[in-house]
Amino acid sequence: MSDLAWIDGALAAARPQAMAALLRYFRDLDVAEEAFQEASLRALRNWPDKGPPRDPTAWLIFVGRNAALDSVRRKAREAPLPQEVLISDLEDAEADLAERLDGADYRDDVLRLLFICCHPDLPATQQIALALRIVCGLSVAEIARAFLVGESAMEQRITRAKARVAKAGTPFETPGAVERAERLAAVMAMVYLLFNEGYSASGGEAPLRSGLCDEAIRLGRLLLRLFPAEPEVMGLTALMLLQHARAQARFDAHGAIILMEDQDRSRWNGRMIAEGLALIDKAVRHRQPGAYQIQAAIAALHARSPRSTDTDWPQIAGLYQALEHHMPSPVVTLNRAVAVSKTEGAQAALALIEPLGERLSAYFHFHGVRGAMLLEEGRSGEAREAFDRAIALARTPAEAAHIRQHIDRLQAEAAQASPK
Amino acid sequence: MLYAILCYHSEAIVGGWSKDEDDAVMEKLEVVHQRLATEGRLGPVARLLPTSAATTLRKDSDPPLVLDGPFAETKEQLLGFYIVDCDDLDQALAVAQELGRANPGGAYELRPIGVFYPSNLPQDAR
Repeated sequence: MSDLAWIDGALAAARPQAMAALLRYFRDLDVAEEAFQEASLRALRNWPDKGPPRDPTAWLIFVGRNAALDSVRRKAREAPLPQEVLISDLEDAEADLAERLDGADYRDDVLRLLFICCHPDLPATQQIALALRIVCGLSVAEIARAFLVGESAMEQRITRAKARVAKAGTPFETPGAVERAERLAAVMAMVYLLFNEGYSASGGEAPLRSGLCDEAIRLGRLLLRLFPAEPEVMGLTALMLLQHARAQARFDAHGAIILMEDQDRSRWNGRMIAEGLALIDKAVRHRQPGAYQIQAAIAALHARSPRSTDTDWPQIAGLYQALEHHMPSPVVTLNRAVAVSKTEGAQAALALIEPLGERLSAYFHFHGVRGAMLLEEGRSGEAREAFDRAIALARTPAEAAHIRQHIDRLQAEAAQASPK
Repeated sequence: MLYAILCYHSEAIVGGWSKDEDDAVMEKLEVVHQRLATEGRLGPVARLLPTSAATTLRKDSDPPLVLDGPFAETKEQLLGFYIVDCDDLDQALAVAQELGRANPGGAYELRPIGVFYPSNLPQDAR
């Protein structure tokens, strides 16, 4: 791995904690974001020569804070603070800072920041967009995709959210227990979006940005400590664990996607599955089903099947139907269609899929699934069209390559069938 | 004399290890496990799942109270433990409730086990 790739990873991993600490210090979203960006730039300049600091997060906070203070002081014509080149040698300062950042206080910063971003003055969509931008550093394009909206619309939404937070006066007080409970649903949604961004990894080079998934799972466990008896928090954490357990088996050595039915299940992470199943057990006892619990139950049925042929598709189709009641969404219906195709065949699945066309026309998986179903029905021409649409919408090379396999096979068959 | 060695550590730190870091620690521990096992001195070893997976049965009330989360009191001390094989949490709670009827008071924390090595003690091998 090149130095720059390593630094990129370190910056992404350090971002939530560093942003939270800088925000706590400056109490201003834009100043904190600028401070973090400045620190990141200096890291890119310094780390390749000087080597990485022992604690990159502490370094970024220290340098970011000084850079922001420095610019304030420069404006006030005061003496500048020490340069960051010297800071790497200031062993005592660095160790001292790392020590102060250590422990529960430091770890909880991220979660506190999430609760702050989920300020009730903001509409839900703005809360989550803001949190993804500020806490996770996702680009506007990445967030827009997660919400299935256009980039400029999302840009506007984030700008409006920032303005609103700034106007709200003292929005960065740590919310108390009552506010936390009120904001829980938004925070859970945010954690799951963060997880999904790592899981489906758009934009970036790595097919799976595992760090985001790990961070989301860590936040889920932390939420469980704050809300130990909340079944949806158990469901969310279980869902993330069960999905992330498959990480090692999802891509081949060349980064190509391996579908769940073809995955080597011995490479699934048994410990994560055990933890996920244990959490579902706990959640079920409350008899308050919710969207996360149902999705976790679906993931659990996959995790419990030793071979893909053992999968309990009728029960999965039933669970997706229950999920449609809790969380009506064309994407959920699309997933139900996949389960239905296993139990009732492609024709029944297509009957569910076709009405979704209008709402999912910009959704990669819609065209991929539709193409596969049409192919199964022997409607090669239409399948080819659907796969072409899917390729045009693919966000990662792995997604495009996966669809290309179908197209290549169709072309090979067409070539064989045509007269010599 | 048999000794139980109870393992305490910060969950935030251990839970934050990458798979490689975790594997490296387990590999080093495995060297010690192996030696003790060959000497016939190692009983069962268990690594517990995180406290977020825990459920607590308070048996100082009747009927006993089932609470989500780990045992969190400081006025009671750890006096012993069981390892039982159960299909799910409900079955484990049924066992704990049965034990609780025989010995009311205090609490049981039920924690799923992530990694388990059976006993190597010669007297257990019968």
